[in-house]
Amino acid sequence: MSLRILVGVKRVIDYAVKIRVKPDKSGVITEGVKHSMNPFDEIAIEEAVRMKEKKIAKEIVAFSCGPAQCQETLRTALAMGADRGIHVEVAGPQYETLQPLHISKMLAKLAKDEQIDIIIVGKQAIDDDCNQTAQMTAALLDWPQATSASKIEAKDGSLQVVREIDGGLETIKVKLPTVVSADLRLNEPRYATLPNIMKAKKKPIKKLTPKDLGVDVSPRIQIVTVEEPPVRLAGAKVENVDMVVEKLKALGHA
Amino acid sequence: MLPCLVRRAVVISNHRYGHVKNVLPKIPGSYHRHLVTSVDPSSGLTEEQEQIYKTALDFAHLEMRPHMAEWDEHEIFPVETMKKAASLGFGAIYAREDFGGTGLSRLDASITFEALSQGCVSTTAYISIHNMCAWMIDTFGREDLRKLWIPQLASMEKLASYCLTEPGAGSDAGSLSTTAKKSGGDLILNGSKAFISGGGDTDVYLIMCRTGEPGPKGISCVLVEKGTPGLSFGKKEKKIGWNSQPTRAVILEDCRVPITNIIGKEGQGFSIAMKGLNGGRINIASCSLGAAQASLEISADHLQVRKQFGKPLADFQHNQFQMARMATKLVASRMMIRNAATALEESHPNHVTLCSMAKLYATEACFEIVNTALQLHGGYGYLKDYAVQQYLRDIRVHLILEGTNEVMQMVIAKDILKSK
Repeated sequence: MSLRILVGVKRVIDYAVKIRVKPDKSGVITEGVKHSMNPFDEIAIEEAVRMKEKKIAKEIVAFSCGPAQCQETLRTALAMGADRGIHVEVAGPQYETLQPLHISKMLAKLAKDEQIDIIIVGKQAIDDDCNQTAQMTAALLDWPQATSASKIEAKDGSLQVVREIDGGLETIKVKLPTVVSADLRLNEPRYATLPNIMKAKKKPIKKLTPKDLGVDVSPRIQIVTVEEPPVRLAGAKVENVDMVVEKLKALGHA
Repeated sequence: MLPCLVRRAVVISNHRYGHVKNVLPKIPGSYHRHLVTSVDPSSGLTEEQEQIYKTALDFAHLEMRPHMAEWDEHEIFPVETMKKAASLGFGAIYAREDFGGTGLSRLDASITFEALSQGCVSTTAYISIHNMCAWMIDTFGREDLRKLWIPQLASMEKLASYCLTEPGAGSDAGSLSTTAKKSGGDLILNGSKAFISGGGDTDVYLIMCRTGEPGPKGISCVLVEKGTPGLSFGKKEKKIGWNSQPTRAVILEDCRVPITNIIGKEGQGFSIAMKGLNGGRINIASCSLGAAQASLEISADHLQVRKQFGKPLADFQHNQFQMARMATKLVASRMMIRNAATALEESHPNHVTLCSMAKLYATEACFEIVNTALQLHGGYGYLKDYAVQQYLRDIRVHLILEGTNEVMQMVIAKDILKSK
């Protein structure tokens, strides 16, 4: 097979950074904060690269939407093995209210334009935890979807995908073209090697605007307030189970 | 001289007259980036260097940091982890690409070691010594030696040790007494080398030994493989830090190697050893820098969490001032190291002095930073459960090795007084 894979990579605040809310509660502080590729998207890229190494895929296109710094995220994807990048630049207030639906529309349009066979995205981004992009993209394209994938095998014209579901594992078969979202255990992403980091510089990144893709990203939502999670209150020790029940009743939990 | 002046013009124009830079001739290289170095280690780096730093830091955080205390306590030489690091291109960073080197610059190497040392100073310091040896073979070795050794060293399948110091020749390295006598097509080595990093556990030994007259000009650099009859090792030394790499004496008793194992020319050994050390000094200083960066970050967290007298430690002005001084010294160290790395890369006329200055300043300033970080941790800082003490123990030796900081001052003073 010689498939074309489109992978969505989102630039998010690094998983190790302690998130701080802006004093005016309009969002979280992003300035001067370390950003990285969404970890689930790293897994998505890794899977695409492995498919290319197995000669299942012939080309990997990495896509990212957001401010100029998203190009760094795309470079990481290129260093890991993607062939070229597409950056759809959205900045300022439009970026702050960007929704999974906008991204899905862009992915859908790009899938058509670039003759894509498989779209792989992370199952969710670690900043907004939406878990919507893959599903909506599949709906917009009317393609089958295989979400929360923990194993992918290509079988003539289709993919056999093992999904992580609440009750265990579910194996499904989806026809190509299709949309897949990567779960945590799909693979362990590689480190970019120094030679590949240098080679990534020479790979092309195409810059587009939402308008080029016919997507209207004007805000549909307004962020009312962003709050810190409540601080955990001090607990108390109890002697036995009866006292636990008593306490819970007193607090109105039972 | 001319290209140098033009480059300077570009730098100045970028800073002061940004608008005229387009009319100046384009010169390839690093001068078109913005050069501001700050507390953020990736500030002032090119996009690729930022990626290199990030990759190395990810590797440090995921593959090294979780084990660094264990490697220290049980004196484990983490060969598999180093091979994994080498698979990313960290084994021969500034050796040429034709035989498997990564072909990057001294600055690229410096930022790599700065990042890796945050995961384990001792292991990174060994990797840096290995890199120095690979570079020596790559730069001065004959084609057949390069072809044989660079691929194995770049992958760290084979590990290298640098052998200059002797029990009786430390700072006065030019007086070394290990001999190599010619016998037919062979050299017969006799003598001993002290404080050899990796000694006994590594595979390739670059031995500086006397093949001619007394003094530096009679010294050659000879490659000796582990397993060669006559090559043996002393007991493993017990050390304050650098415990994830063994240190042993290397003993040569009628150790016979082919004369073709000389790296470079006969009599060139001391020069090769010193050239290796120019980069080695930047690398070691970079390892101190990584420890200081990590310690600064740990301290900032600690000060905001730990409360005494009813408020976070960060609210006390004394602690704020300590942090300010630490951060200032950190940035000064980083600037000196990166400046020296660039000077070495471009063979700047003062590169030897600049490398010495960077090593002298940064290893001391970074030791002070980490020592202050330990003090800010109070009693906890003295516990082995906390990483700061290990950074402190590991970087203490950076004031001593790769030429002591006293030797650095000799080198600097010699240069300054000569030019006046």
